[in-house]
Amino acid sequence: MLHIYCPHCAEYREEEEFHCAGQAHIARPLDPEACSDQEWGEYLFFRKNPRGLHHELWVHAAGCRKFFNMTRDTQTYEIKEVYKIGEQPSVVAE
Amino acid sequence: MQQYSGFGLLKHSLSHHENWQRVWRNPTPKKKYDVIIIGGGGHGLATAYYLAKEHGITNVAVLEKGHLAGGNIARNTTIVRSNYLWDESAALYEHSMKLWEGLAQELNYNVMFSQRGVYHTCHTLQDMRANERLVSANRLQGIDNEMVDAEQLQKEIPSLDCSKGARYPIMGASVQRRAGNARHDAVAWGYARAADALGVDLIQNCEVTDMEISDGKITGVKTKQYGVLKADRVGCVVAGNSGVLAKMAGFQLPVESHPLQALVSEPIKPFLDTVVMSNHVHGYMSQSDKGDLVIGAGIDGWVGYGQRGSYGIIEHTLQAIVEMFPCTSRVRMNRQWGGIVDACPDASPIISDTPVKNLFFNCGWGTGGFKGTPGSGNLFAHTLAHGKPHPIAEPFSIQRFHTGALIDEHGAAGVAH
Ligand SMILES: Cc1cc2nc3c(=O)[nH]c(=O)nc-3n(C[C@H](O)[C@H](O)[C@H](O)COP(=O)(O)OP(=O)(O)OC[C@H]3O[C@@H](n4cnc5c(N)ncnc54)[C@H](O)[C@@H]3O)c2cc1C
Ligand SMILES: [Zn+2]
Repeated sequence: MLHIYCPHCAEYREEEEFHCAGQAHIARPLDPEACSDQEWGEYLFFRKNPRGLHHELWVHAAGCRKFFNMTRDTQTYEIKEVYKIGEQPSVVAE
Repeated sequence: MQQYSGFGLLKHSLSHHENWQRVWRNPTPKKKYDVIIIGGGGHGLATAYYLAKEHGITNVAVLEKGHLAGGNIARNTTIVRSNYLWDESAALYEHSMKLWEGLAQELNYNVMFSQRGVYHTCHTLQDMRANERLVSANRLQGIDNEMVDAEQLQKEIPSLDCSKGARYPIMGASVQRRAGNARHDAVAWGYARAADALGVDLIQNCEVTDMEISDGKITGVKTKQYGVLKADRVGCVVAGNSGVLAKMAGFQLPVESHPLQALVSEPIKPFLDTVVMSNHVHGYMSQSDKGDLVIGAGIDGWVGYGQRGSYGIIEHTLQAIVEMFPCTSRVRMNRQWGGIVDACPDASPIISDTPVKNLFFNCGWGTGGFKGTPGSGNLFAHTLAHGKPHPIAEPFSIQRFHTGALIDEHGAAGVAH
């Protein structure tokens, strides 16, 4: 069970209040119409899926309902840091 | 290969079972192979067997970083069925089902395949409609699947709570009677033994750490224990670790790896002679021949490689089981574990060539690849032997994530299994 600090609520809460929305920092192509099938497919479906540090998007679904980012080790499950949308991580995955 | 038989059992009992032949050799790898298969799970071993058996390619090595069948193949809840929705999937899983039906004979290994039926219970009108659609689709595909109403279901499974008083009353169910389960580790061992007998080298404790690629073409793999091993073609069948291997080869996959948990109870008297799953209350259960209840449900939603998941998932799963089978409320759980499943966005697998020439991936089986083991190996062997996919495997190319021709099986894949 992950014990997660919500940067908006400024509190530790149990994992069950949260929902993981996958890899963070995926920018939507500015002009989708201009994308090739290759590029659009990559944007929609292809993911880093790393064994190690991962930047991911979480939502405090049963709490403040706000989104935030988390850097987590997918092997040890250790949470390295949480940071708000728009901020950059200080612990960086390669 | 020493044939197994009832007579053999008797004969060996005279010498206190001390003279059984080793089930497979433990060879030192050669420097070069025609085909290297990365991953000694069920799918990798099946691939090796069919390469040797059906394509006559025996200069083959299976490289496994741990011991054979230490991954998902021996961690799953063993459900085998072929009632998926789309024609592409039906062809794939039915191909596998047909192989299952003759597998123990073919491998001379008792895989304990038991066609005890698999039920999908329906708790809402939407559930009913989805299952009726599934049954109709399967009928058109020539695959057995039928609907039963709640009354009939209650007769067939007395311990299942089909009463109106249930919190989520059961309205009916679909059942594939040819479906069932099998002994998962035996499947891997059976394939391993048969592949070894045909000359395949099974190399355990051999972790692939990098790929040797030049001019966009793979020439071999780097291993932790034996350095570089060369190969004309490489097939990667590493389930949860597919993303890690893809990274070595320099590309990404439309796959994410998640923990999936299962648990078994203390052994109790036989009371459930079939498999029951519910997409709605989200749990499924069968009873093993030993008497323990085999229970599973959903994945943890985040990427995880730790082969363990969160406690909340287990709690939710057991709530669902007690909802369906109130008589199990006091049964104690004995063991619980997790595996890493490689899930695709459309809940269908990938059997495909890759951006690297002569490198092929078979992955993305997610929560439901045990049933696919024979079919997957059989088709992937064809891909590796010919350098291009078998017609049944063709729609399962990575390309579908660019063309948009997804094979959406979220409905039929349902609760993780
Ligand atoms: C809890 C659980 C329940 C499930 N229930 C069902 C079910 O009821 N029905 C069903 O159909 N499916 C089920 N599945 C899914 C099924 O188990 C998998 O889809 C299937 O087993 C995956 O294929 P595999 O057997 O080849 O994988 P694995 O057995 O995981 O084989 C992959 C192998 O690759 C090896 N490997 C990884 N990296 C490397 C490397 N770098 N070098 C060398 N070797 C490497 C691993 O050690 C591993 O042995 C379940 C899975 C889980 C976890
Ligand atoms: Zn919050």
